[in-house]
Amino acid sequence: MNQTVKHTLLFAAVGLLLLLEGTSTAFGVFSGSWNSSLTILNMGLISAIMALGVNLQWGFAGLFNVGIMGFTALGGLAVVLIATPATPGAWDAGGQRILLALILGATTIAAAIFVYHRMAGKRARPLAMIAVLVAGFFLYRGVLDPGVEAVESINPALSGNIGGLGLPVLLAWPVGGILAAGVAWIIGKTALGLRSDYLAIATLGIAEIILSVLKNEDWLSRGVKNVVGLPRPLPYEVDLQNDPAFVEQAAAWGFDATTASTLYVKLGYSLLFTAVLLVLLWMAQMALRSPWGRMMRAIRDNEVAANAMGKDVTSRHLQIFILGSAICGIAGAMMTTLDSQLTPGTYNPLRFTFLIWVMVIVGGSGNNFGAVLGGLLVWFLWIKVEPLGIMLMDLLTAGMAEDNGLRVHLLESAAHMRLFTMGLVLLLVLRFSPRGLIPEK
Amino acid sequence: MDFLNALVALSNFVLVPGIAYGSQLALGALGVTLIYGILRFSNFAHGDTMAFGTMVTILFTWWFQSLGISAGPLPTALLALPFGILATMALVVGTDRAVFRFYRQQKAKPVVFVMVSLGVMFMMNGLVRFIIGPGDQRFSDGERFIIKARTFKQMTGLDEGLAIKTSQGITVVTAIIVVAVLFWFLNKTRTGKSMRAYSDNEDLALLSGINPERVVMYTWLIVAVLATVAGTLYGLDKSFKPFTYFQLLLPIFAAAIVGGLGSPLGAIAGGFVIAMSEVIITYAWKKVAKYLLPESLEPDGLVQLLSTDYKFAVSFAILIVVLLFKPTGIFKGKAV
Repeated sequence: MNQTVKHTLLFAAVGLLLLLEGTSTAFGVFSGSWNSSLTILNMGLISAIMALGVNLQWGFAGLFNVGIMGFTALGGLAVVLIATPATPGAWDAGGQRILLALILGATTIAAAIFVYHRMAGKRARPLAMIAVLVAGFFLYRGVLDPGVEAVESINPALSGNIGGLGLPVLLAWPVGGILAAGVAWIIGKTALGLRSDYLAIATLGIAEIILSVLKNEDWLSRGVKNVVGLPRPLPYEVDLQNDPAFVEQAAAWGFDATTASTLYVKLGYSLLFTAVLLVLLWMAQMALRSPWGRMMRAIRDNEVAANAMGKDVTSRHLQIFILGSAICGIAGAMMTTLDSQLTPGTYNPLRFTFLIWVMVIVGGSGNNFGAVLGGLLVWFLWIKVEPLGIMLMDLLTAGMAEDNGLRVHLLESAAHMRLFTMGLVLLLVLRFSPRGLIPEK
Repeated sequence: MDFLNALVALSNFVLVPGIAYGSQLALGALGVTLIYGILRFSNFAHGDTMAFGTMVTILFTWWFQSLGISAGPLPTALLALPFGILATMALVVGTDRAVFRFYRQQKAKPVVFVMVSLGVMFMMNGLVRFIIGPGDQRFSDGERFIIKARTFKQMTGLDEGLAIKTSQGITVVTAIIVVAVLFWFLNKTRTGKSMRAYSDNEDLALLSGINPERVVMYTWLIVAVLATVAGTLYGLDKSFKPFTYFQLLLPIFAAAIVGGLGSPLGAIAGGFVIAMSEVIITYAWKKVAKYLLPESLEPDGLVQLLSTDYKFAVSFAILIVVLLFKPTGIFKGKAV
């Protein structure tokens, strides 16, 4: 069978799964609801974009990033900072102080770097650097703390954060990418050029820290109180249901107004996300085929040889690491827009980092279409493993009494089968088909 | 008097918890560093190996408790510990056979090993949650304190009390015993020496007739002991929750890297460096400052450098500093 045909069939299979989800209730696995099908598709599209970003890093350059969750969360933060209206009075109460403190903090670090580069002396240099950092830290806290307190005391039940710029939410998507790229630059600067494992550990750490910042800096993101009701790029269902023209149109198509409005919104998101995915996919394909892409793969396959040919391995790695992380940031902003809320408490590395890795490996690392396929397919599996697990447990324990302790426990824990299954899938693919479903050409 | 009070407050809130936490981290980091030294990859499944060992120990503890077996003033978990270790040994050796050995034979790149360990982590995590659930489990029993704060105050007549929890005492004693046995094993026994030789130079070790599979198996067995002991001690001291154990990966890796990956001595030093900095930076110093400073200088705030929620940031900051300035760690670990 021709390669192209095979790959088209794989994508068609994913389409068929989504179609079955929408229309049939067979095997107790599919739900037969178009709403559920579109929900899965939307998240699948976002996952596919994240997988595209990770594929850029791993598939093109062999960089191991396990901080995807952090970059995703930064994208979410961008939505809050760009799209929400500013909290009245927050800027005057403490916003300026906070901004000043952040600038001071950045200046401190810059000064420390300056001292490190410009001063001589084995003893004096580290001492001067520590002195700059300590003094800067206390100055920073001294300026920051009153500002934070003032902002957080403004109507804490409803806001208590400084809000955002009140710009259109679509603008937050590229900004999310830029935020993620900035953090990626810092990480890449320190950890790239060392052993490959170090990047993994450093990204694991930065993801945890970004999350703890989002959870604890209430003035920024309201912490675990969550920011809800973020603006949407699409109309609200209620408004559609009250719009006579829409209801009439829906009736003409044979839908009742409620179903039609939810489907309309979800479909709108699907189209938006597909557009973004296609643009990024096109860019990634062009990059892969360009001389730059060839150089990247040459570096990945033999760093020493590429270095000997005069390629600057570390800065090329830095470049692609930033690009890949930016894509994850964009996807994170899209996801927060889809949920129309930022809930820092729900970010979990197993779901937001490692699941994306499973998608890339299963789909085929080094192939952009593979990453997209992996994103869509594995997301579908991730959703469906739970009902499957419960079915399996039901089957296994069918002979036991209804109130048997073991049976109850197994049925209750079936939800945790997800992690186990994903680990198993990852190991099996790595072992028996390391090139994935759509291998690199 | 004020100085003594300050000293007692310092010990109570910083030194004692720091030393206990440091011992737990050191044991965890030893496991990571041994795997790194012998098998040459960073094992991301280590946190979940600890969780698995602790889980088995907890299950045996509950069983013993229901049978009425107890260790008197000591926690029952100590009696259950050997069973936890045996189960973890079986698990990790089985995992090595089923998963890692294939890639060793393929001579795969280290980063592939790391990725495979990620898959193993997933499965272990799922297994632990499947068996014991994702919630918090407390399993310490017996005497809670070695010294209670009030008894200490009565004994010494100071204003500040010093409390030492049994779990903290046990942690330190156990850690000393385990580390002493480990170093004796590595330095004095034939197997230990062959392990060190293999870690130093694989080709030379193979030439001199060392069986690599045997070395690898012993490494996993030792790692199982270290992980289970570290996990159980941490669980006794705080509490057991699968997700917390996964998160312990970061301070443990930081400790191993600060000390120098592949260097056992470094892992211990790194564990204490990380634990102490974490406690010192997140502790509210107001209480100690109150005794030491004259009244006019007394601080208004808590004098807390960072809120406790940022403890990961501390390990991470130290990690970054080490990577920037001394990527081989304090005790010259393996290649950069």
